[in-house]
Amino acid sequence: MNTILALRDIVLTLGGKRILDGLTIDFWQGHIHALIGPNGAGKSTTANLIMGLAGYRNFQGDLIYQGESIADWSIDRRARAGITLAWQEPARFEGLSVRRFIQAGAKDRGEARTREVLEDVGLDPDRYLDRAVDRTLSGGERKRIELAGILAMEPKLVLMDEPDSGIDVEALECIFGALRFFKQQGATVIMITHSLAVLRRAEHAFLICSGKVVNKGSVEKISQYFEQKCHSCDDRTPTLAELEDIRVGP
Amino acid sequence: MSDRSLLEQLYQSIGVNPHDLWGRLDVARIEIHANRVLGVHLVPGLEVEAESRAEGIAAKIAVRPGAQLAHPVQVCFGMIPDDGVQQIELRIEIGADARAGVVAHCTFPNARNIRHEMDATLEIGPGAEYAYFERHVHGAEGGVLVVPKSKVVVRPGGRYQTDFELIKGRVGRIEIDVEATVEAHGTADVSARVSGRGDDAITIRETAHLVGEHARSALCTSIAVRDRASAEVFNTLTATAPFARGHVDCKEIVQGEAVARAVPIVDVRHPKAHVTHEAAIGSVDAKQLETLMSRGLNEDDAVDLIIEGLLGGKRQRLD
Repeated sequence: MNTILALRDIVLTLGGKRILDGLTIDFWQGHIHALIGPNGAGKSTTANLIMGLAGYRNFQGDLIYQGESIADWSIDRRARAGITLAWQEPARFEGLSVRRFIQAGAKDRGEARTREVLEDVGLDPDRYLDRAVDRTLSGGERKRIELAGILAMEPKLVLMDEPDSGIDVEALECIFGALRFFKQQGATVIMITHSLAVLRRAEHAFLICSGKVVNKGSVEKISQYFEQKCHSCDDRTPTLAELEDIRVGP
Repeated sequence: MSDRSLLEQLYQSIGVNPHDLWGRLDVARIEIHANRVLGVHLVPGLEVEAESRAEGIAAKIAVRPGAQLAHPVQVCFGMIPDDGVQQIELRIEIGADARAGVVAHCTFPNARNIRHEMDATLEIGPGAEYAYFERHVHGAEGGVLVVPKSKVVVRPGGRYQTDFELIKGRVGRIEIDVEATVEAHGTADVSARVSGRGDDAITIRETAHLVGEHARSALCTSIAVRDRASAEVFNTLTATAPFARGHVDCKEIVQGEAVARAVPIVDVRHPKAHVTHEAAIGSVDAKQLETLMSRGLNEDDAVDLIIEGLLGGKRQRLD
């Protein structure tokens, strides 16, 4: 397996609390990965750190993307290298049209491609292209429009933070459809999720707790472990005894 | 330079092919360069009288009672030279139950030392509807002083809508002053969208007096200032009649060393009137910025796009 992104012994402290504590993960090129774990485990923090968002840049360890350290790269440089993020709650842009929003990062800014990616996420271009990405759109519509923009960008690595949060069943199917498009494009996907339905779309999963990977492997293996051992432990860090049967590493 | 050449240059500076417009006999137009009216084409129901003055023109535009203009009147005014004065004195009368719109392009593409003054009085007749959109295009030097003043009376049941846009080129210095008096069941919808940079200075005064029952008004201002530019917005809404409704909305984005100030004044003198106001001044939203940067835009381009949305988006309208 080719590794597209490697997190090496990442330690991140925010507000005096160690959020990521020696996090080491290899993400394989072209695969759909899932990060699961209890609330506060560090999953969204991991996505934000990979994207290089403000507040997540001062960490120890290294981020290796396609063989090169990107720890010092700005957000836009990472994006131009093919990394992007679908937010748990996408931003609203007063007055900015869906067309301009999608075309902002698109590889092909032509009208035909813009319409195509909107159709790919189940939205009618005639109804949406001239609308503003603002509060008149529902959360599900904004998530789909964000995914359309990311499809148009043709990225190499897509971070999806809770793609199913705040959306209905129809929108979720469109998001699963977008996953298939990413796969067809050869992109790597890292999904942060609490949902079994989303987890099942992944090919490989990592269980994170207290800023560390505590288990990894097939979706079936990790989901079973999560169901059996993590739902009862809430937020606390597993003890060594609890972790003794966990195999971490390649 | 011939008149035709002057007009072609004016239109080119705003990205309009004049030959397309000149071929449209169903669209009225008025073309003014400095102190001369270079072209007028009228349609039924529209009357224009204009005379040249030493440093500008005086004009009266009237729409006859009941006339319904199918297309907005196209107005182009400006100056091609880099210095000079243009004073426009304007009287606009929209007759009872008439309906008209004006799209005005004001362009000073080469300005280094230009002063443009507009002194307008408008009367929107009973039941009439008048929508005015003015777009300014200035050059890159910022050597323009723009002082547009309008006094508007909206008669019972009339609707007045105005939108001022200056988001391309440097502002220079601008001092907008619009004051509307709205009678019973009338509406005044006033909006300005301006983007300043360098040492541009923006002053906007929007005032509406709701003097009649059920009169309504929205005063909306969106400003972006960067570098060392400054903006002051004074929005005043007074309501002295029952069931008058009004809203004041001011949004200002501040970047770099720019300074922005908003002074909303709401003065309600009738217990059955209702007026609200909202002002937001701040930097570009971090989440918006990071979202666009995560699509590959650098910070400057991302800020430009956010401001383009804020200033270029569809303006708010009354219900």
